[in-house]
Amino acid sequence: MKPAGFEYHAPRTLGEAVQLLHRFEDDARILAGGQSLVPMMNLRLARPEHIIDINRIGELEHISTADGMLRIGALTRHNAFMTPPTDDPLGRLLAEVGRHIGHLPIRVRGTFAGSIAHADPASEWCLVAATLDAEMHAESSAGQRLIPASEFFLSSLASDLKADEVLAEVRLPLLGEGARFGFEEVSRRAGDFALTMILAVLWLDGGRIDKVRIGIGGAANRAMRAPEAEALLSGQSASPELLRRAAEAATASIDPIKDIHASAAYRRDLVRALTRRALERALA
Amino acid sequence: MSHIGQRLRRIEDPPLLKGAARFAADISFDGQLHMRVVRSPIAFGRLLGVEVADALAAPGVAAVWTGRDVADIPPIDFRQVRLPGLASYRQPILAADHVRYVGEPLAVVLAEDAYLAEDAANLVFAEIEEFEPVRRATDAMGEFAPGLSSEAAIVHKGYGDLEAAFAAAHDIVELRLSLGRHSGVPLETRGAVACYDAALDLLEIHGAAKIPHLNRDALAKMLGRPSERIQLYEGHVGGGFGIRGELYPEDVLVALAALRLGRPIKWIEDRKEHLTAANHARDQTHLIRAAVDARGFVLAIDDEFWADQGAYVRTHAATVADLTAALLPGPYMVPAYRAAGHIRLTNKTPAGTYRAPGRFEGCFVCERLMDAIARRLDLDPVAVRRINLIPPERMPFERHTDALGTDVVYDSGAYERLLDRLLDHVQYDELRVQTEARRANGERVGIGLGMFVEKSGLGPFDDVELILHEDGGIEVVTGAASLGQGIETSIAQICADGLGARPLDITVTHGQTDRIGRGMGAFASRVTVMTGSAVHQAAGEMKEQLLQAASDMLQTPAGRLAIEAGVIGIIDRPQGPSLTLGEVVRGDAAFKSVTATFNSEHMTYPYGAHLVVAAIDPETAAVKIERYVVAYDVGRAVNPLLIEGQIAGGIAQGIGGALFEEFVYDDLAQPLAANLADYLMPTLAEMPGFEILLSEDAPSPINPLGVKGAGEGGITAAGAAIAGAVDDALGGTGDIDCLPITPTRLHDMLAGNIMPNR
Ligand SMILES: Cc1cc2nc3c(=O)[nH]c(=O)nc-3n(C[C@H](O)[C@H](O)[C@H](O)COP(=O)(O)OP(=O)(O)OC[C@H]3O[C@@H](n4cnc5c(N)ncnc54)[C@H](O)[C@@H]3O)c2cc1C
Repeated sequence: MKPAGFEYHAPRTLGEAVQLLHRFEDDARILAGGQSLVPMMNLRLARPEHIIDINRIGELEHISTADGMLRIGALTRHNAFMTPPTDDPLGRLLAEVGRHIGHLPIRVRGTFAGSIAHADPASEWCLVAATLDAEMHAESSAGQRLIPASEFFLSSLASDLKADEVLAEVRLPLLGEGARFGFEEVSRRAGDFALTMILAVLWLDGGRIDKVRIGIGGAANRAMRAPEAEALLSGQSASPELLRRAAEAATASIDPIKDIHASAAYRRDLVRALTRRALERALA
Repeated sequence: MSHIGQRLRRIEDPPLLKGAARFAADISFDGQLHMRVVRSPIAFGRLLGVEVADALAAPGVAAVWTGRDVADIPPIDFRQVRLPGLASYRQPILAADHVRYVGEPLAVVLAEDAYLAEDAANLVFAEIEEFEPVRRATDAMGEFAPGLSSEAAIVHKGYGDLEAAFAAAHDIVELRLSLGRHSGVPLETRGAVACYDAALDLLEIHGAAKIPHLNRDALAKMLGRPSERIQLYEGHVGGGFGIRGELYPEDVLVALAALRLGRPIKWIEDRKEHLTAANHARDQTHLIRAAVDARGFVLAIDDEFWADQGAYVRTHAATVADLTAALLPGPYMVPAYRAAGHIRLTNKTPAGTYRAPGRFEGCFVCERLMDAIARRLDLDPVAVRRINLIPPERMPFERHTDALGTDVVYDSGAYERLLDRLLDHVQYDELRVQTEARRANGERVGIGLGMFVEKSGLGPFDDVELILHEDGGIEVVTGAASLGQGIETSIAQICADGLGARPLDITVTHGQTDRIGRGMGAFASRVTVMTGSAVHQAAGEMKEQLLQAASDMLQTPAGRLAIEAGVIGIIDRPQGPSLTLGEVVRGDAAFKSVTATFNSEHMTYPYGAHLVVAAIDPETAAVKIERYVVAYDVGRAVNPLLIEGQIAGGIAQGIGGALFEEFVYDDLAQPLAANLADYLMPTLAEMPGFEILLSEDAPSPINPLGVKGAGEGGITAAGAAIAGAVDDALGGTGDIDCLPITPTRLHDMLAGNIMPNR
């Protein structure tokens, strides 16, 4: 479990990083928190010839709100979200969801953008990005690109990010006063990747559900929304029967993966149970 | 003041807490080479050739060896419970003509650093003609090698008139039960650092654990050297659990390379290697039948089981099957018994002993049986156990089986009393009522109980030397070993009492083959019993000699002297003249040290019970252990704090084996859980609160201290009690017939499509 040899680069600016990526392309990998990349290198599942360590690039270390968006610089660590980064309900949402990521040492090092770039279907941040339609701001020597979440996550560990692009920033829409959310996750042990998790965000209008977003993580090969379930709920007043039907619709919408920790049938049943519970929590 | 019985904090902790400890990886020698093992990627096949030219040409590489280069070294031999016919199944240190499991060493690279060694190892290419692997012990028998069956041996035990008992039975209860493959995973992986001193013709090996003397002798045989030309040194050891410290191929390779290359050799196992290379454990399937009368009294048990030995028979030979068969009836009378254990070779990592070997398995099987009997006869599960318990007046109780080459004689025990203490503690009747009420409310909650008899204190001997240094410090030199269990503290307590000294003035030297001629090491919960008794003897002798010596110096008859807290004084004369132990030694040049040997032909048998309350979330198949209680009788508790620590660790590992840990293999016998993200050990978050009831009702009559071992009882009944509780929560249907109870398996049951037993 010692990595193969590589050349190490530590650019100071985003521009330099982009140039290095341009130069080495497929032979290079960006090193952010290293919490996914380094284990893969130690197991020699990844053997990049060039490591471009972005940790010294000060301009990537920021988090701010502008134009109704929370802008998360690439070097923002998981742990930065343990206290809400904004007064908008989004801040509480990130704090609650982020607590489920790994363990403290992982949260201190791992980055929000690293999780998104890594595109693990069971990543909490990928779920948040997919549910809320985040925008990924990528930079390369060719210029900038804004990629919506719906086009970003392709499948397990595969995203639309090109080999020569740095994910410089992720933008999440603020939810606005009155937004409610419910998050439910099942994992084998505390801190493990989710077998299945559901994030439900909704806005009420009087007694009715005005708008709703439901995201599913861990169950399929990428984090995704459940549009049929959302459509069922929009404009309706919540009832146990309605939630049951929405949960059923969410379950029908996925093609579950299986591995040694959970069968496909189990994951499907988890989607059903957790969708209902997440909605109940959001409505409570 | 008596030190035995005190909750003394561990005296070995300061270096560990300060980061000053010396584990295998902390040891280095100038000019050392690093060894990297090339392991088979294929589960079963003929080795057609191993291409090493590229690796040899890689930077920093000093040597690359394949099986051919070590063909003169015999396979690793057994150290106990050897049965006829097993020898053909021993493991060569490097695969010769076949590979038999993924992870099997087939070459080694020796290079200037660990990185270069791993780089070069990647360049070794093995050409393998693949065969269909044997995946399970219960599969049709295959061939280990041409003409050699995959069934290495059958272990038979039994007594009584089985046929008559079954003929007279009111009812017969039959179950098929299985336990998954898991093992001890110490925090410190294995490691060995060897160094050959040509001037002295001495081979030193660091990183030893568990059984340094036995391994020295085994290495001497394999390498064709006299034992005294090899010394093993145990440093700090980050956990053992049965698997660490056995003699493995890598240990022999490191020693051999140091001799052949004349340079120090270092090998530190990485975690991925560890999970496919170090011994696995458990992995048994039982078909058990019991003849019972109308009261639920068991007239006879007939058990046939299949033990998945993995690819080779390693140092333990038939130990696990032997212990399983010998001790399965546990605390129950069982007038007639028969067990047949098939030791089957498969194409998985070889298996060995892991904390409570054979008892974790046997207890699970026996206790599932007790629950099944209760269900069949519509009796209370506690009542069924009670009626079967061996009563105290039958002690010592001859089990009429043998284990580890000794006759199984339960030395003492008041089983029902311990059961009552446990039931009282949890207010069992009330707990039942509450549980029923919660169930009526729709909750899925249940209670599980597991009773067991452990074994400990395996002989045949233990030597100690007690040295009194001129500064008054006392050194205990023993051939026992420390895997982190706290022996320095408990031995110091025993020594302090025997001598009248203070524990802090005592140091315990262990695991150093150059300090004492022979030693049995640390396994089978033997140290407190065997080493403790030898220390007790030596301390008594030394005390007498000290009093004699002091008697001359103080001009007082020895009978009027006493030693307390390291000072010899005159009884009833606190202001009178006195001597420190150091003063006696300095005054009497003849006085140096005392040696003692404690021999024992029988083991001691501690006993206990686990009670678990567990709840299931039927929607997510999550199991929550709400309560975990262990009652354990150790005869005499030398240090309750340490014993509680042992039990707590056992509970954690037991929960691992019952709910989380499993070495999963696919159809090609490829391991799917070879890292700690897939092989799931419980963390603090998965640990329930636990309660421990230590008792000392039944001191052992076969050693001077009355002690029994305490290293294993925390895990023994974990599988049984957790399975019982989950089963009870599911409605007591008996569907929980295999471990671990994973969420996917539980989900299948809850969804109504119960998987047939594997
Ligand atoms: C024991 C353990 C448990 C974990 N549990 C969880 C969990 O429960 N949930 C969870 O979500 N995660 C979990 N993780 C993963 C962790 O969150 C990682 O931190 C995260 O997946 C990757 O972020 P990173 O900054 O460490 O990225 P790195 O490991 O440095 O990089 C990951 C990948 O993304 C690329 N990359 C990183 N940053 C950028 C960028 N700005 N632009 C382009 N490409 C980039 C890298 O090149 C690499 O391919 C766990 C990790 C461990 C070790």
